Amino acid sequence: MTLGLINANPVVHAKKERIARSEDVHPADDAVDPLEIYDILLSLYLFSLSILDCSFLSVLSEESITVDEKLGRILITFTPTIQHCSMATVIGLCLRVKLKDCFPPHFKVDIKVSPGSHANEESGNWKLEPSFFSIHVASLSPPTILLNDKERVAAALENPNLRQLVDECIYSNEL
Amino acid sequence: SWEMDLVEGRFELKEIQRLEGHTDRVWSLAWNPATGSAGIPPVFVSCSGDRTVRIWQQSGLQSWDCKAVLEEKHTQTVRSCAWSPSGKLLATVSFDATTAVWEQIGGDFECVSTLEGHENEVKSVSWSASGSLLATCGRDKSVWIWEVQPGNEFDCVSVLQGHTQDVKMVQWHPSTDLLFSCSYDNTIKVWAEDGDGEDWQCVQTLGESNNGHTSTVWALSFSPSGDKMVTCSDDLTLKIWGTNAQRMHSGNGYAPWTHICTLAGYHDRTILSVHWSREGIIASGAADDAIRFFAEDKESSVDGPSYKLLLKKEKAHDMDVNSVQWSCMVRCTSYNLGPP
Repeated sequence: MTLGLINANPVVHAKKERIARSEDVHPADDAVDPLEIYDILLSLYLFSLSILDCSFLSVLSEESITVDEKLGRILITFTPTIQHCSMATVIGLCLRVKLKDCFPPHFKVDIKVSPGSHANEESGNWKLEPSFFSIHVASLSPPTILLNDKERVAAALENPNLRQLVDECIYSNEL
Repeated sequence: SWEMDLVEGRFELKEIQRLEGHTDRVWSLAWNPATGSAGIPPVFVSCSGDRTVRIWQQSGLQSWDCKAVLEEKHTQTVRSCAWSPSGKLLATVSFDATTAVWEQIGGDFECVSTLEGHENEVKSVSWSASGSLLATCGRDKSVWIWEVQPGNEFDCVSVLQGHTQDVKMVQWHPSTDLLFSCSYDNTIKVWAEDGDGEDWQCVQTLGESNNGHTSTVWALSFSPSGDKMVTCSDDLTLKIWGTNAQRMHSGNGYAPWTHICTLAGYHDRTILSVHWSREGIIASGAADDAIRFFAEDKESSVDGPSYKLLLKKEKAHDMDVNSVQWSCMVRCTSYNLGPP
């Protein structure tokens, strides 16, 4: 697969001190561990490195993940290196499928795809309302709008080709 | 299903029964308009990501039974369903790009027609007030109008292009042949047959410049009198729109719709469904698992109509409320509201 931009030096911010976690993760656990989400993002990053010439994720750090346990809300932000909507959407779909089993059902997950700083034409007002992690603001990237439209996500995952790609991504790297 | 009571001036919403059967999310439901009165027990239909359609009938004061499961027809999520005005036909639409029309023959439902044409997911279906027209819409950005012919034949009379994104819902006006659609492109469009009756065209677009929504519009519903409608959106607001009813029915050209007011600050997640009851109560179903009711605030001193929140039922469901639908039954001060 030939890609437009090759990011030779993707930035992955070092994780803060890791706390050893038990292998036994129950979806019913009320405590949501942001490190667990980080692990998933990191695995996706490694997966994309292993099968592609470069990674689609440029900036990945714990700041990418925000959890409000009281409200039951999770916001994940990731920045693709390439301004190619379809790949960012696939990564986002992989995230959605994998994360679905990780949290109690009442948790709401929002995914925000941020353009890189070099993507001038797609940058806009990325104001976030911290009180409820609302991403309902103007100038959201097309993948963000799609990834937070439950109907579009559900239909995309019924597309056999896309589903196969997502399954390969999730299972092949033992996420 | 739920029952609402007016208790000491305050509305309360009580769950009557939790109906189980579907094995995936329930997207939509619809009450059969020919039931619920004259001794006929109320019936409603539900459709699901499990690719089936279920028919439910009230069997006792507080209980409902599943009377039929329509399966092995749609090969993907069944997204929406609607009864014809006579209650004799049922249309179901699916992510498999087809529309199925069913008729109850004896005790069973048979698929009497399959409508093809959409390029991908069909998202909504609506019968016109006369029952002679059917409209569908989908992710291919188009709205299709079908004419019902004798023998359960359906002819496509128009394919309407105009929306620039996925069309989420279509809804015929309750008393005129005006078709309304709402979309991922943040607008609501109104479609009408041209003067010659030759073709259909977009006669109005309600977008941001008309005080319209700033994100996907998921649903719309008309007031009992048909001169107002409410729309709901991913922008976390409900908007009330109105038209000149007299002009609309006069036949003297098109009566445009204008923004009346916006209900903001009540929802903090996408509003997926809205329905205006015959008694004037607007119900909303949202992605925060809650059901909310609004009604006109007759005591408000603000110029023009304003609306107030009557009730918020948190955790109405364990997950998003995808569809809210008022039944036509009114028993004293109880209302039945059937959510998935």
